[in-house]
Amino acid sequence: MISCKEAAFISSKNQYREANLKERIQLWMHLLACKACAAFARRNKQLTQLCKEASVKMLSPEEKKEMKALIEQS
Amino acid sequence: MGKNELQPENWVDRYADYLFNFTRVRVGDDDVAKDLVQETFISGLKASERFKGQAAERTWLVAILKRKIIDHYRKSNSLKGKTEVRMSYPVHGDQEGDWLEAQAADPESIRENDRIENNELGVAIQNCISMLPEKHARVFTLKTVQGWSTEDVCNELEITSSNLWVMIHRARTSLMECMNEHWFKNT
Repeated sequence: MISCKEAAFISSKNQYREANLKERIQLWMHLLACKACAAFARRNKQLTQLCKEASVKMLSPEEKKEMKALIEQS
Repeated sequence: MGKNELQPENWVDRYADYLFNFTRVRVGDDDVAKDLVQETFISGLKASERFKGQAAERTWLVAILKRKIIDHYRKSNSLKGKTEVRMSYPVHGDQEGDWLEAQAADPESIRENDRIENNELGVAIQNCISMLPEKHARVFTLKTVQGWSTEDVCNELEITSSNLWVMIHRARTSLMECMNEHWFKNT
């Protein structure tokens, strides 16, 4: 059985669907037995959901470079 | 709360994304939002001698930005857009020449304001991201918001994939706590 630390780590990786089959099975087994980690995994999934809903947008590195240049000029 | 100092050379890296999201939910146009953020930095720079270090740097920039947003709406509401709107500093007695920071000097009240403004989900998330260590924020943003592949992020930042996952995991753990504190408790 994997530790809680490992389980939490895999749970984060799983949010991007990049945990492999072995890891997913280990996580699933752990979550069945451990309520604290199950709660963590739920919140982790919730965060993924929030990020999708939020439509946060970042300025591109080019736009930032442009901004910095304009600030330096003034 | 000690004296704060302005560090304009870090403004874009530290605050541009936060201010950008703050603005785009209010003006509904990304290009306009970008321009207003740009103008805010320039006004901030010009007004920097009026910064008294009572407010946090970001709070101060937000105060300027709000003026810009109001200004933007006044201009676009006026007929033919010809009316020139001049914003002036408060001019009652002692307060002359102060930006809003004078009224935001109490850290508690800054937090009150933040809470109201964070009512938009995107701004709340952005706010939490901005509290992460810079590199964690970068990795998390590229992977989660921009949707880059693990390989691309690793190449861009010259890190290994196990490095990446450790940072992502730490970022997510902090973000969960932060969102719990700032978002779920207020909705």
